[in-house]
Amino acid sequence: MSPSERALDLLTRWVVARVPAEAAEWFRAQLAAVAGARDEKPLYLALGWAPRRLGKADLRLSPRELAEAAEVRPGFDPVDWSVDQAARVALVLASYDGDPQRFKARLETLFRTADIGETIAFYRGLPLYPAPELLVARAREGARSGMRPVFEAVAHRNPYPKERFDENAWNHLVLKALFIGTSLDPIQGLDERANPRLVRMLCDYAHERWAAGRPVSPELWRCVGPHADEAALADLARVLETGGGEERKAAALALSSCPRPEAKALLARHPELEGPIARGEIRWAAFAQA
Amino acid sequence: MYLDSHTHMISRTTDDYERMAAAGVVACIEPAFWLGQPRTSVGTYIDYLSLICGFERFRAGQFGLRHYCTVGLNPKEANNEELAEAVMEILPRYALKEGVVAIGEIGYDEQTELEDRYFRRQLELAKELQLPVMIHTPHRDKKKGTLRSMDVVREHGLDPSWVVIDHNNEETVQEVLDRGFWAAFSIYPFTKMGNERMVEIVRRYGAERIFCDSACDWGISDPLAVPKTAELMRRAGIPEADIRKVTYENPLTAYGKSGQIKEEDWLNPPPVDQRLLYMGNSILRGGQEPRIETRRPGLDEDLRIV
Repeated sequence: MSPSERALDLLTRWVVARVPAEAAEWFRAQLAAVAGARDEKPLYLALGWAPRRLGKADLRLSPRELAEAAEVRPGFDPVDWSVDQAARVALVLASYDGDPQRFKARLETLFRTADIGETIAFYRGLPLYPAPELLVARAREGARSGMRPVFEAVAHRNPYPKERFDENAWNHLVLKALFIGTSLDPIQGLDERANPRLVRMLCDYAHERWAAGRPVSPELWRCVGPHADEAALADLARVLETGGGEERKAAALALSSCPRPEAKALLARHPELEGPIARGEIRWAAFAQA
Repeated sequence: MYLDSHTHMISRTTDDYERMAAAGVVACIEPAFWLGQPRTSVGTYIDYLSLICGFERFRAGQFGLRHYCTVGLNPKEANNEELAEAVMEILPRYALKEGVVAIGEIGYDEQTELEDRYFRRQLELAKELQLPVMIHTPHRDKKKGTLRSMDVVREHGLDPSWVVIDHNNEETVQEVLDRGFWAAFSIYPFTKMGNERMVEIVRRYGAERIFCDSACDWGISDPLAVPKTAELMRRAGIPEADIRKVTYENPLTAYGKSGQIKEEDWLNPPPVDQRLLYMGNSILRGGQEPRIETRRPGLDEDLRIV
């Protein structure tokens, strides 16, 4: 079985195990109808009915199920998926007839006429679809969304951006996350994809916020540390001198990830932070907003 | 608590949402209509329907209002046959979206042959998908158009208790009630109802199957029409239970038949909605602190709608 077929099998089992027998039967019948359909109607009607027939409860996957998810598709992290989302992604996967271009076109049509709940489900399904290389433009569209839950469907707990976004797209994803006030921590690949251009964008953004008298998310400094240049180090020094408690911790943590000797020297001037960092007591996850 | 069952929020500002929330409007319904000018292609229709069941729903949630919509081909644009055919193709894709509480606004504008054809086809769609219907009654030749709308509904075998006749006035209300339909009144200055007239309607006909809405849109209209009318009724001594029916309960019962609008949506929203859509009374954009309005601006200074 291909990864997409295995994902379809997995999602189907999760949904069926969590709904009443009658609903499970309805769901299986829809999957079969969609798979054999000659037009699109069975798919969009099933997508419409899914939450009404199956409910919108959280999936609440067991640790074993989550491990299976990651085994079927590395990086697939459905920890906060709901039953209707799993069902909708399964229905979309079931519509795949072996033609990637047709699948892409179908997905585009579905996105174009989707409500918010569908939009979120379809974006969450990105890592599971066949021929993922065809879907970059669509994923980037989601990462431009001003609707926070839609943005998060692409950005959070989703391996697709780190695997498929070029540097510019990646950098804008990170900046947009800060801009709309969501957390960076659930973005997969945040540390490995840090880069000097992103450092510049983030520091400029911090300066803009300072000029406006607005707060700067402590998480911003996470992507600055590893590639900090002289100007960025000066910004981090400023945060250490003038920032609040959380900001200072974040700046210190960023310095600890910077290979430059000046960074080490700067951090050494703040033993009250250097010690806890060395002992692993300050971690990025703690800065993530709810 | 008020429910405004007819609002075109896409042409309203954030100030309107704030004032509505502050005045006690907990939910609003956005019927699909034209945009003040005719669309030229089905593409813009698709974007419009996506907007009213997508971003607008999200936007309302940021201000503590639940937002629902109806989908349909309006009678004005039914006269563009090419557009109308294309819209009929895509309508079934939208009719089952979350928060779609009816097929509407449909009905007549100039009572042309094309309007009649697409009105009937959409009544059939509503029947097939078990959705309520919101009927727009024409501004011109109103009485005849209203009667004809009800005749056609009957002809297609729809249950009148699933059908709302909107934009009623003193001339149409009796017949609508007699035939078992819901009678809605749009409190809209200059062209539809004034709210002092509305008080008289409730005094005369009672509160059974009657409700009012604002129909606020891009024209001179008032998104506080429902709370203002409630306040006028209160001052006129209409019983509180009747006020509640006319401004909240009746539209909830009528459109609730869709299964897509429930009191618990705003009283006790499920966690998934609170995460995704509904921010209670907070306005979270641009890092603003969540805030709760206690004042009810605009009500006392400006109560009458003529």
